[in-house]
Amino acid sequence: MLRANDNFAPRAGTRVAYLSLVGFALLTVAVLVGTMIGPAGPQWWRVPIELVNRLPLISAESGVSPQEWNIVWQIRMPRVVLAVLVGAMLSVAGASYQGVFRNPLVDPYLLGVAAGAGLGATLVFTLRRSATENWLIDPLPLAAFAGGLVAVFATYMIGNTFSKARSSATLVLAGIAVTSLTTAVQTFVLQRNNDVVRQVYSWILGRLSSATWGDVRLILPYVVFSCIVLLMHRRLLDVLRVGDDEATALGVNIRRVRLTVVLAATLGTAAAVAVSGLIGFVGIIVPHTVRLLVGSSYRRVLPLSILCGAIFLVLADIPSRVLADPAETPIGVVTAFFGAPFFLLLLRVRKNQA
Amino acid sequence: MSTLGFCDLSIAYDGVYAVNSFNDILHSGEWLCLIGPNGAGKSSVLRAAAGLVDYSGSVAIDQQEIPTTSAKWRAQNIAYVPQTPLMPSDMTVYEYVLLGRNPYIKHFASESAHDKLVIEKVLTRLDLTEFKKRMVGTLSGGERQRIVIARALAQEAPVLLLDEPTAALDIGHQQQALELVDDLRREQGLTVVSAMHDLTLAGLYADRLVLMHQGSCVASGDAQTVLRSETLAEFYGVSARVHHEADGTVVVIPQRANSN
Repeated sequence: MLRANDNFAPRAGTRVAYLSLVGFALLTVAVLVGTMIGPAGPQWWRVPIELVNRLPLISAESGVSPQEWNIVWQIRMPRVVLAVLVGAMLSVAGASYQGVFRNPLVDPYLLGVAAGAGLGATLVFTLRRSATENWLIDPLPLAAFAGGLVAVFATYMIGNTFSKARSSATLVLAGIAVTSLTTAVQTFVLQRNNDVVRQVYSWILGRLSSATWGDVRLILPYVVFSCIVLLMHRRLLDVLRVGDDEATALGVNIRRVRLTVVLAATLGTAAAVAVSGLIGFVGIIVPHTVRLLVGSSYRRVLPLSILCGAIFLVLADIPSRVLADPAETPIGVVTAFFGAPFFLLLLRVRKNQA
Repeated sequence: MSTLGFCDLSIAYDGVYAVNSFNDILHSGEWLCLIGPNGAGKSSVLRAAAGLVDYSGSVAIDQQEIPTTSAKWRAQNIAYVPQTPLMPSDMTVYEYVLLGRNPYIKHFASESAHDKLVIEKVLTRLDLTEFKKRMVGTLSGGERQRIVIARALAQEAPVLLLDEPTAALDIGHQQQALELVDDLRREQGLTVVSAMHDLTLAGLYADRLVLMHQGSCVASGDAQTVLRSETLAEFYGVSARVHHEADGTVVVIPQRANSN
């Protein structure tokens, strides 16, 4: 039983420090492997040598040609960095949603972000994607981002109108309603535009394959901002674990905390979805694995979710490149492939504990 | 070491009054017990004082009205123990009791050395030191009640509200819990308001009883004054005998309808 002994703050502290160290080492390895593997490009073992060579003041002979370096730097690197950002974001958002709604099974797409972003992307595809390809800025992520935010805003307005005071159930139900409605509209639009169905579904299944440094620049500020805000709430999320009433009696302004956490998590998720599509299960698997390792205090769960989420998605992206080489396997398929069995395992562990 | 006053307190749920113009003043260190049938408004009075429901009128500590906008100020002055606390089973006792320090911690800060010192003192006082690494989910009902009280004490609030503190406990643990509250209020001068169903226990521990009916106070005073069989028959619809022991203890014994 990992959890039984790991509880009192000081011991857990050293354990978290140890795990973070291991985590950073793993992340470095994962990022390196991520840049080494892929169709075309230089031989894998030349990549780290060339990376060292590119550091200031050091020179090493790697035999990587400028074209090959281009593949590493312009194609693989942004993809790996994007996996780091998206994985970290989805995981920390998942953990935060689980905390703020006190429901271990909710995911970052709960309030309709996914469906809204899907509709936004669908509209761009149906309005002749080819015509937009030469635009200076790709409208696809922007439309997905806007769609996600509009859907969540609608969810929030509806939830607030019908709910009295401090209930979070209404917000979740509003999210389900908005998701159904948005999905219905999307299906309707798709049916009238059969030709883009394939593109839309490949987007929905999630992909990092077309990642560019532009995508990284697009989401970086949102991810950083969102992670900082969420981390600042980690102690308060622990107080929320005793329920709305008791947390209020302990002096927590529930509405404000919930609103801030939900908005921050949603903003980051919307940005992630905009560039990567829907990558499922990350927001559930990662926080729960972290809980199994360090217990369920959000002070440990949130920072470690960021780290583990990044590692997980970088690693999940590798099979998605090589499984069906030269074609891409959508990364959402890979995460679901690992995620669904894990989910069942998790339910079983929880049942045994209860 | 503070007085607690309720002035014209009214609480309505969907336009129906649960509490209607409730007035009372507790002197410092007094234990007041709210009694009354289900739905009389006992819990609502406590929930209003804890800031969990909207109300009209005012709740005041040392004649200073509690602003409805400052949850922290309220939590520094009033600690609330609900009837069925929600206890995360995979939290340690230490972490759980530490939550009681929330009113003193700035929004984004973490616990100070002083906060941890207070927790150590509380744990020592309640003989919980050996429990602090235990998971809340592994504790028995009596132990849980003690750590909930410990969390309330960690708030260092002069007023303690207890909603049915003995509801889930056997007779031995009921006595232990109430003795503990009684000791604590004598040591620390806590002003205590509890809502209770067990009239004999209520009369035994409280300085004063307030009988509530349909949201209003209908009788107030010591056990001898409030616990009369005709009063109980009127407001509870119960037929009960009331015994007065030699030491002043009042015992309420329900009677079977068809026995003489």
